Amino acid sequence: MSLIRLEPRGQASKAMVYATPLLAVALTLLSGFILFLLLGFDPVKALHAFFIDPVSSKRGIGELIVKATPLVLCAVGLAIGFRANVWNIGAEGQLTMGAIAGGGLALAFYGEGGWWLLPLMVIGGAAGGMAWAAIPAYLRIRFNASEILTSLMLTYVALLALNYLVHGPYRDPDGFAFPESRLFEADAVMPILWSGTRVHLGTAFALFAVAAGWVLIARTFIGFQIKVIGLTPAAAGYAGFDQKRIIWLSLLLSGGLAGIAGMGEIAGPIGQITPSVSPGYGFTAIIVAFLGRLHPVGILLAALLMALSFIGGEAAQIAMGLPKAITGVFQGMLLFFLLACDVLIRYRVRIGARRAVA
Amino acid sequence: MNRRTMGKTLLGLAGAAAIALSVGTAAAQDKLKVGFVYVGPISDHGYSYQHDQGRLAVEKQLGDKVTTTYVENVPEGADAERVIEQLAASGHKLIFTTSFGFMNPTLKVAQRYPDVKFEHATGYKRAANVATYSARFYEGRTVIGAIVGKMTKSNVIGYIGSFPIPEVVSGINAFTIALREQNPKAEVRVVWVNSWYDPGKEAEAAKALIDQGADVIVQHTDSPAPVQTAQERGLWSVGQSSDMTRFGPKSHLTAIVDDWNGYYVDRVKAVLDGTWKSVDTWGGFKDKMLFLAPYNPAIPADVVALADTIKADIMSGKRHSFQGPVKDQSGKVVIPEGKTATDEQILKMDWYVEGVQGKVPK
Amino acid sequence: MSAEFALVGPILAAMFAAATPLLFAALGEAVTEKSGVLNLGVEGMMLMGAVCGFAITVKTGSAPLGLLIAAGAGAAMGALFGVLTLLLLANQVATGLALTLFGVGLSALVGQGFVGIPLEGLPKLHIPVLSDLPVVGQAVFGQDLLVYLGIAAVPLVHLFLYRTRAGLVLRAVGENHHAAHALGYKVIRIRFLAVMFGGAMSGLGGAFLSMDYTPMWAENITAGRGWIALALVVFATWKPVRVMLGAWLFGGVTIAQLHVQGFGIDIPSQILSMLPYLATVLVLVLISRDVARIRLNAPACLGKLFHPDS
Repeated sequence: MSLIRLEPRGQASKAMVYATPLLAVALTLLSGFILFLLLGFDPVKALHAFFIDPVSSKRGIGELIVKATPLVLCAVGLAIGFRANVWNIGAEGQLTMGAIAGGGLALAFYGEGGWWLLPLMVIGGAAGGMAWAAIPAYLRIRFNASEILTSLMLTYVALLALNYLVHGPYRDPDGFAFPESRLFEADAVMPILWSGTRVHLGTAFALFAVAAGWVLIARTFIGFQIKVIGLTPAAAGYAGFDQKRIIWLSLLLSGGLAGIAGMGEIAGPIGQITPSVSPGYGFTAIIVAFLGRLHPVGILLAALLMALSFIGGEAAQIAMGLPKAITGVFQGMLLFFLLACDVLIRYRVRIGARRAVA
Repeated sequence: MNRRTMGKTLLGLAGAAAIALSVGTAAAQDKLKVGFVYVGPISDHGYSYQHDQGRLAVEKQLGDKVTTTYVENVPEGADAERVIEQLAASGHKLIFTTSFGFMNPTLKVAQRYPDVKFEHATGYKRAANVATYSARFYEGRTVIGAIVGKMTKSNVIGYIGSFPIPEVVSGINAFTIALREQNPKAEVRVVWVNSWYDPGKEAEAAKALIDQGADVIVQHTDSPAPVQTAQERGLWSVGQSSDMTRFGPKSHLTAIVDDWNGYYVDRVKAVLDGTWKSVDTWGGFKDKMLFLAPYNPAIPADVVALADTIKADIMSGKRHSFQGPVKDQSGKVVIPEGKTATDEQILKMDWYVEGVQGKVPK
Repeated sequence: MSAEFALVGPILAAMFAAATPLLFAALGEAVTEKSGVLNLGVEGMMLMGAVCGFAITVKTGSAPLGLLIAAGAGAAMGALFGVLTLLLLANQVATGLALTLFGVGLSALVGQGFVGIPLEGLPKLHIPVLSDLPVVGQAVFGQDLLVYLGIAAVPLVHLFLYRTRAGLVLRAVGENHHAAHALGYKVIRIRFLAVMFGGAMSGLGGAFLSMDYTPMWAENITAGRGWIALALVVFATWKPVRVMLGAWLFGGVTIAQLHVQGFGIDIPSQILSMLPYLATVLVLVLISRDVARIRLNAPACLGKLFHPDS
């Protein structure tokens, strides 16, 4: 019998819900201190560069929001699916399709745009992402094909499609045959919400998604059905809940949100269609969804933390030449601590031998 | 601001260490800060590695007057602008952005930081404080075309492409023109791997081309995997970006090596002297922006002599890689006799010359 | 024999080799998942195997030792995953993704001193006469030794899972951990071993890339193959033989599309490059239609957390 063991709490600890992330951050700072020291970097300066420098200016905070925006949009949609045991891991592909569809509209109406172009692009982006997510949904329902495989494989197809388009039909005719589209016109660019930063309208969509996601999960019958299907599929069957409808709903929802995220990237900070729209936001969003405990508000916080760790890695490279590889290791550690500390919500740590059950 | 005070407290905890730190940075203030943004890891031993060699050359020659900073693995999306701006905002007065995808982000940041000088590699947009630079890689491909034309027995050349951009397409064309000048029966088969660096895929592409009869593998991707594959099959290969001899000593004919050292040192000096101007530099062999790795000792002396002559003629201007008449695949003369391709024609090239199989993917 | 037919042998030969890293990683993951644990960190484990195997071989000159260490490094990554998800009950999906992030960074860090160093590949099988047979000679009798090892692992894993008592227990744990626990089986210990086995196999898959297929170390040398391996486990409905067929399908289509490009057929390379992914989806759809059989094969407790007292 081991000396340290976990004992289930009767009820999830409310205090621990808030305390564990703090504990995890404390552990990360401590182990980061040791890691940087061992690798020969000044640990105080490194941690400062990681966590403080990026948010000590208006521009920095703006960048944090810009980086967190696509993560929130993707993760809120994914979380709803994950709650219902729908394993969409192809948000990256749906994001890419959103960029392809929304950006295609910007190029199609190049030179003849108007106020209506941007709303049309948002709809187009959402439709593109939804269409791409509809394929795994259809294949799952009609042919029982696992959405884990189909959504992942379709991600690669979407990335190649984007690659094809920027080398062909989408290519800037005056761009020396380089694989980039024209720069979008003002009508096709997301308005800036906070002047002096790159925070754009997409952030408003992300916040709306958080609010709507929360309402959907906590306050609607569909949200209730999702919870039941996720926890006890058999019971959902007895209750007559339509599982197919939930599969459709969660895939279309997450696809649509990812599509808007992709559209927001090209019509926001990028301003044109390039071969690399996203540095893996669709995959990172899966971590964000779970870090946020599949709760929209938690996701918002988790996305900000993830974004900070990415931007902090850059800042540490610039400030003190910390190689990118160390950033990855440090990020991994941060995530391990965050995920592992959650155990304290449902279990308490006991030291000593197990007491006999009375 | 809340977060800021939190930060101050954290620093306060470290007390003495923080003070020691600020003293350390004060001395470095007077030096020119030069920033470099790389698209790949500096350990790629290819494209980003060569740029970093340039940075190290700057450190070595001007280390008493400058400090350098680099950021590696920067994605060519929304992140690039932040990284470039971060460098500008943290006091870097000269910033090299070393990949094509950084073009528009560089210009956006340059607008906001008029007193910072920017240098963007391989792009075509300039501004008062943004210069561009690139190397005439195609000149190197003319020389290797001639060497390969002499070395091939099967008259099938396998060519591994990364992405169908003008730099790569003009390289294929320059290579093929020189190849068929020596050996009119030779043909070039192209396989695109849609990646700059994926050893496994590059090796698979090399195998496929070899199985189709190619006895020389030429690559415009950055990993040494094609050279390794050719060595394993006992065939010839030509490397790219850096000298890859050690990955296939029996196979590696030569390699086209980028060399940014001289350019970077010159441009940093220009900023130090106050003579920096926004210019477009497109340098070839003459400007030492590229060179060929040492020839394989197995190349016969007359082929080496031929290669050296072609190289000397390119440097003296006696020869151009695209010297008319140049025909496209349909046999149409694109560059008429007595003319050479303009820079714009080369920069926009999206068609194949006669002798290349397949079509340029569009 | 026409020119195209003459290519069948080389395409097959290249296919077996291209499938090998996928085969190792996917076989290991299949065993892990059969025990009820979903580890999405395959890519990170492969990278650690790749860098450690390469580094040890360069330092000691011994390839067998390199392979052993590669498997060990993968298993260590698996153990880390086990500590987090089995002992500390962290979410498996998120922890697996974090493991990949961690592995990408750590392998790059470990490999810093090993970039740009050449290495001799592992020996190839050569049987006089047989290896020189037309069409099948190279494909069947002229491969690298690891290719055969990967194929040999398929029946071994199958026999273990379906013909041994230990395999039965492992599947029972994946099917219903509470029942297995009630019967006195050590659920966590069994899963720990399964996760470590999965890590070791991923490590070998990565080492095949860095020590044999393209003997070199470069950051991210696996280039997403870990993800394909994960998809293949689903594709195979957790059956070892199907894992192998899936790996061959994916590898075969990959090689074939490169040949099509070489012939200069006028289809954009990006469209051709989509084919392996589309083919996998298509075949999955064709074989997934039998709903009942797939239900029987999917481990019922896959991804679910287990604590003996709850």
